[in-house]
Amino acid sequence: MRSKLAGLLIATSALIAPAALADVYNLEIDQFERTVDGKTLKGISINGTSPGPLLRLREGEDVTINVTNTLDVDTSLHWHGIILQADMDGVPGISFDGIAPGETYTYNFTANQSGTYWYHGHSALQEQEGVFAPIIIEPAEADPFEYDREHVIILADWLNESPYKALANLKKRSNYYNYNRRTVFDLWRDWTNAEGDEKTDVIEERLAWGRMRMDPTDIVDISGYSFLVNGETPEDNWSGLFEPGEKVRLRFINAAAMTYFDVKIPGLKMTVVQADGQNIEPVAVDEFPIAIAETFDVIVEPEAGQSYTIFAAAKDRSGYARGTLSEIPGAAAEIPKLGPRPELTMAAMGDGHSDHGAMAEGNAVNMSGMADEMSTDAHAGHDDMSKMDHGPKVLSYADLRALSPYSDRRAPDREVELRLTGNMERYFWSINDVKFGDAGPLEFSYGERVRITFKNETMMEHPMHLHGLWMDLVNGEGDMAPRKHTITIGPGETISADVTVDATGSWAFHCHILQHAATGMFRQVDVIGGVQQ
Amino acid sequence: MKPRILLAGALAMATALPVLAAEGDPIYNYTLIEADITKIDDEAVGEWDAQGWVGGDYNRFWWKTEGEFADGDFEDAEVQALYSRYISKFWDAQFGVRYDLEPKGESYGVIGLQGLAPYFFEVDAAAFVSSSGDLSARFEATGELLFTQRLILEPGIALDFYAEDDPSRQIGSGLSTAEYSAQLRYEFTRGFAPYVALAYKEAYGDTADFQQMETGDADETLFKIGLRTMF
Repeated sequence: MRSKLAGLLIATSALIAPAALADVYNLEIDQFERTVDGKTLKGISINGTSPGPLLRLREGEDVTINVTNTLDVDTSLHWHGIILQADMDGVPGISFDGIAPGETYTYNFTANQSGTYWYHGHSALQEQEGVFAPIIIEPAEADPFEYDREHVIILADWLNESPYKALANLKKRSNYYNYNRRTVFDLWRDWTNAEGDEKTDVIEERLAWGRMRMDPTDIVDISGYSFLVNGETPEDNWSGLFEPGEKVRLRFINAAAMTYFDVKIPGLKMTVVQADGQNIEPVAVDEFPIAIAETFDVIVEPEAGQSYTIFAAAKDRSGYARGTLSEIPGAAAEIPKLGPRPELTMAAMGDGHSDHGAMAEGNAVNMSGMADEMSTDAHAGHDDMSKMDHGPKVLSYADLRALSPYSDRRAPDREVELRLTGNMERYFWSINDVKFGDAGPLEFSYGERVRITFKNETMMEHPMHLHGLWMDLVNGEGDMAPRKHTITIGPGETISADVTVDATGSWAFHCHILQHAATGMFRQVDVIGGVQQ
Repeated sequence: MKPRILLAGALAMATALPVLAAEGDPIYNYTLIEADITKIDDEAVGEWDAQGWVGGDYNRFWWKTEGEFADGDFEDAEVQALYSRYISKFWDAQFGVRYDLEPKGESYGVIGLQGLAPYFFEVDAAAFVSSSGDLSARFEATGELLFTQRLILEPGIALDFYAEDDPSRQIGSGLSTAEYSAQLRYEFTRGFAPYVALAYKEAYGDTADFQQMETGDADETLFKIGLRTMF
């Protein structure tokens, strides 16, 4: 019920004129009980709800946020994607000491940017327990696109048990939650379906995974999620209203702890106008993948008398988040079918694993899970299936072009290679094979331009989030490279981003899959020199 | 029990525990217990095989115990207390102590290797030196074959080796016994899985001769019904 209320609050507050804008915001972090899909669990709320209240700021505003901790453990809030002073960034142990029980911490910063962002807890796994909410910063000058109405769509994955328990289970047995492993009957099916030499490939592929001690069905670490739109389950069916003829701006935020989504609204083209709060050259798509912690703003033009399902399929196809766009509250439209669960391909593991060098790329690829859903690999594949003539247009990183170039277009002074690594068997994650606890900070010099090259040597996608500094995605767009606060790197993939080091202090830099950050895929970045503003 | 073995074990524990706390590595734990009933020579025999750990990703306290219980008495019972150190992606080196309560009190120093071999074989290999200086070794490996997500066949092999004959315990040198087993379990949950198992035990070399003299058989086939719990 409370979560429903939160959804309504977000929906309606988006309609309230900015007259209600104040310079001081008061937030309280508190425990609450939440019933999702019939199961009541303890969670953590912001001002009594999850998602918490929308913070609607204005570019140039001096913001004061008082955050009171009424939990019996430390807490914190981090303003995701907002460029601010290092001590206001809200990461315990890096930006500040955290907020002790009973204390109030006052955050002060100037909103020097505009767009869709979000804020969330940065202590332990509190974000998974419900501590997240949207931020909208209205631009000083009108956005370079038109719309009549807007809705925030904050996607989340609510776990049906304590996330701490889930992590403890993964430490006991890393495939604890995987009930999609390959059986002997799968082998029999693949064998009988294969013809001639393909039969050898079937066996060889099995053996190759076995040699690597890896499992192609290991797509996500945890199962048992309910997928939520603005705090509401698919059955609740969050409702977003429009009037006939309106252009509607949908501000998508992926606040999930473990879940990538593929988002579509059957019957509507979506024109993507912002990525991570930054204007991009508009691109019309039928579907877009959204990594954890990313935001995408899209414009849709629904037709009078129609209702539309906002359908966000979890990457592993274990479920979906759903809402409805319509003229009347409570309307529903047809819900698309959830496609088959994807499996990892041996080709995806082509990089970084010398012990299967004999495997020709594509040789033993199992595309069974991908047959009807070209989109599942869109993030990973820059060579992009969506560019084929047929089939739906799915957004990929190659489509992202800044609307206007950013001021610093220098070639990078140096390159820092970060291998994304982990030990699936023991369930811990690392960068360059070193866990956060055993690693010193990465050092950047104030004023330099650094190329960060991510090499993902694991089987999972990792949404890497750099605090305090923008990452200009190197996606072949040159001067029009888009900038992002979160970049996802697919299994076996290498992606670079150029960073203008223009903010002094210490910053967090980590995978935004909470369990990965918590077990070691995390670094502190120290920017040496410069003056704190 | 020879004091130096106890001392070595105590030292191992003492060095392990502070490291556990010092690294800022959160402490987790794991326990796996398999308990079953079988029939040996028309007598109901209860067996257990359990292990677990407490620790972080790199340093763990690892314990193991196994034994047999029949007619109100322990026939066999051993416990091991080990320091387990992460040495490579899939492997832990282990060292510590083993103590046999039955058939006769005996203490051992243990050095071993436990982990996951290619093709997903769980491997546990250990060498033991008893307080009287006798050397022995044990190699265990299990695999997994899924019929469904919950119905799982686990083939296993366990080999025992001894450096010297010990007629008092019907042990011959070299490979003394091998057990080939197949456990079929149903995982209602990860933590609760009843099973049936078939085990074929065969003695080799002098061990086989000793056993044949004693019972007329150097091998036996056992059918077991049991429960596997994990938490």
